[in-house]
Amino acid sequence: MRYGETGFDLEIDLSRGGIDRVASDPELTRLFLGGLGTNAKILWDRVPPETEPFSEDNLLIFGTGLLCGTPAPGCNRTVVSTISPQTRLMAYSMMGGFWAPELKYAGFDRVIIRGRSPELVYLWIHNDKVEIRDASHLRGLGAIESAERLRKELKEPNAQVASIGMAGENRVFYASIEQGRSSASRGGIGAVMGDKGLKAIVVRGTRDLNVARPAEFLDLCDGVLKYIKHREENPIQGVPPILAGLGSPQEMRIVDEQWHTTSFMWGNSRTRRKDFWTHEIEEKWRETQENVRTRLISCYNCPMKCGATISVPGLPTYMMKCYSKLTYTMAAFSDLDFGFRIAQRATEYGVDGFSAPQVMAFALELLEAGILTDEDFPGMPPDVEGRFFWLLDRIVRREGIGDALADGTYWAARRIGKGAEAYDHNTIKKHEQLPLKLGMLNPVYYLMYSTGEKINITQIEGQFPQEPFATREAREEFVKDWIQVPDDKFKKYYVDWEPRGEMSNPYYPTVEASCDIVDWMEKMHYVDDALGMCAGLSSFPLKPPYHIHNYPDFISAATGMDFDKDALWQSATRTRTLIRAFNVRRGMRRSDDRPPDDHWKKRFPDLEAQLLDGYYKLKGFNRDGIPTLESLHALGLDDVAEDLEQRGIYRHGQS
Amino acid sequence: MAKARKIVKSVTIVADKCNGCRACEVICSAFHAAPRYSSNNPARSRIRIVREPLRDIYLPVYAGEYTQSECTGRDKYIIDGKEYSECDFCRASCPSRDLFKEPDSGLPLKCDMCEDTPPLAKPKCVEWCLNDALIYEEREEEVDVEEVRLGDVEIGIESLIDKYGLQQVLDTVARRVKP
Ligand code: SF4
Ligand code: SF4
Ligand code: SF4
Repeated sequence: MRYGETGFDLEIDLSRGGIDRVASDPELTRLFLGGLGTNAKILWDRVPPETEPFSEDNLLIFGTGLLCGTPAPGCNRTVVSTISPQTRLMAYSMMGGFWAPELKYAGFDRVIIRGRSPELVYLWIHNDKVEIRDASHLRGLGAIESAERLRKELKEPNAQVASIGMAGENRVFYASIEQGRSSASRGGIGAVMGDKGLKAIVVRGTRDLNVARPAEFLDLCDGVLKYIKHREENPIQGVPPILAGLGSPQEMRIVDEQWHTTSFMWGNSRTRRKDFWTHEIEEKWRETQENVRTRLISCYNCPMKCGATISVPGLPTYMMKCYSKLTYTMAAFSDLDFGFRIAQRATEYGVDGFSAPQVMAFALELLEAGILTDEDFPGMPPDVEGRFFWLLDRIVRREGIGDALADGTYWAARRIGKGAEAYDHNTIKKHEQLPLKLGMLNPVYYLMYSTGEKINITQIEGQFPQEPFATREAREEFVKDWIQVPDDKFKKYYVDWEPRGEMSNPYYPTVEASCDIVDWMEKMHYVDDALGMCAGLSSFPLKPPYHIHNYPDFISAATGMDFDKDALWQSATRTRTLIRAFNVRRGMRRSDDRPPDDHWKKRFPDLEAQLLDGYYKLKGFNRDGIPTLESLHALGLDDVAEDLEQRGIYRHGQS
Repeated sequence: MAKARKIVKSVTIVADKCNGCRACEVICSAFHAAPRYSSNNPARSRIRIVREPLRDIYLPVYAGEYTQSECTGRDKYIIDGKEYSECDFCRASCPSRDLFKEPDSGLPLKCDMCEDTPPLAKPKCVEWCLNDALIYEEREEEVDVEEVRLGDVEIGIESLIDKYGLQQVLDTVARRVKP
């Protein structure tokens, strides 16, 4: 018997209509745990580097984390992996909600989809019974609308549905997969689902999921709940409210948006409005938010409430989380009411809330600059809110100018030409980023932006404070109960860090310290993504309940495989290295490891090169950013080493 | 009827505070697994959340008595503008629905307030609901002496007898008992 996981994969071939239940190899669990780790291994083994994102050979994998469906609080992530049509590298996207545990209860750890269906279909998984069914009646319907229709048709109110909207069907490069309370939005995975002709996956599971050492496992869970209570009663002092507690950023609860609206950029990541937040705005936005927010809601088995049900009068109800309430608002220089209205339509269409608003702001900038003209926007209303709705409607249908814009800012700029490339100034590896433009280079963030292969800062950062507290005393106080650090040196790094002077950015944290800090932060994210844990209870917030010291016990008690801190660290390193190798095999190199040119005003090329060198060295990569043969062998990735060598990826004498 | 002092256990369900997380379902099913906590399966839970986010319906309901036949009427309630079926509030393991039945055998489930020796300070679902949607109280009351309390197996057998008749159940049991 397998513990913690079910031990079965569901293999679906949409070209042939094949459905297979396949036992998985427990050795894979020991090496890669599950979730992102195992997804990456499967992609490495089965998707050669020539594979086009939109092709029958590309796989679309819905992987549950190793601990999803166990009683571990907040462990509910589905990691969706494929090749991104936008970056053409491995797409990283993930969703909370209720889908992953349901799949586990149905008896599967992951669904691996290949091929392409000629007709639009959906997949219905009801324990052992799996069917590919006609979805032609759902064509063009919204993602949430479709999910409701399917639950009704199947008479399964408790089924969980992951579905795409029109954006996915029309292969918009930033189409999302929606799941009611949550969505997997980054990297255009919804477009791959649409390309495969798959409208939705509906799951209902009513089977037991076992853990190996029950009493021990329950004690660990109880400890986490107790700590969550403690942290809720004792928010971190001296940081903005958004960083004080646990969970994803508490955007649905909090009305005070001073931090986001005055530090992040408006428009096409262009304008900072330092004086934006006033008392009148706060009152108005409070009224807006409280009027539309029906209830704060959680994901599966989690006491936090990071999402909300939103009912804007006159519009269908939808659910929202995190930062998307502001992305449209700020890209359009509009207000919160507009943000809630357009997010409703965007959710039904199924588009990424980071990329879509930026693409639209980019299009309007091109119009203003005369690179695009009124003829490109026939019938577009004059007001900016109307323009955003108009653009969104065209993008998801790939109509007129919407067709180029549906490829995202990077590719659209190149299709449009005439200097449009200069307006694509906020992408990394062709992928739209949070709208931030800052002054002084921060070495830790430099490394995370440059090297992070999830290409999304929120999925790499966390744990280590973004800024030092003003006084040494305050910093010493902060580190007192900092039990989450893997090593005491991190406390010293933090205590020594000053807001100004010699011991401040960009030269402090030093190159070595910066590399260590990034290594810790990203490693914890890799662990979370393998276990299916919400980053909001682990790698993202300050002082989280899950950390490197209690995770090995969780994994051991759940699976019965003995894991210690070193084994866990090594597993995360293995996955991180494998993803790098996968992307290297698809052509990624050191020159791609860079933030947007204007992310910081003050740049330090020599220091940046040292940082990158230091990071590569720590990670076991060579100076081109390629994992060395030695490090691949040390991680047991011998087949990867051999493959890279055979393909001539190492330049002469440079393995 | 004879009177006796008795601890009455009750849970106040503050549905307004429920965030729909289903932690109560997870821990209830884990607590009742054998061996304890060795597995979990919300479909076996003795508390269930009637959850329809788009209509803002969040209703924790505890499993009560098994019933042999479904109600004839199906009334509707409208509370705060939201429509509920009367079944949404009903605790019964009833032939009209899957709720409160073992998913494999179909045998009825009933909340036993996590009876345990030694007794727990509070039921597991209450302990795991950090949102205070489930509030536990104990009070002493004078009550009529109760009829014999049925265990899980007895409740199951009773439902089988209701469904198939005593003779068929006896015959089946006899067949199963190897000589
Ligand atoms: S912390 Fe928030 S986002 Fe994370 S699982 Fe809980 S409710 Fe979901
Ligand atoms: S644990 Fe509490 S908040 Fe969560 S579903 Fe159950 S009753 Fe609702
Ligand atoms: S009181 Fe115990 S048996 Fe009853 S629903 Fe709660 S956890 Fe289950």
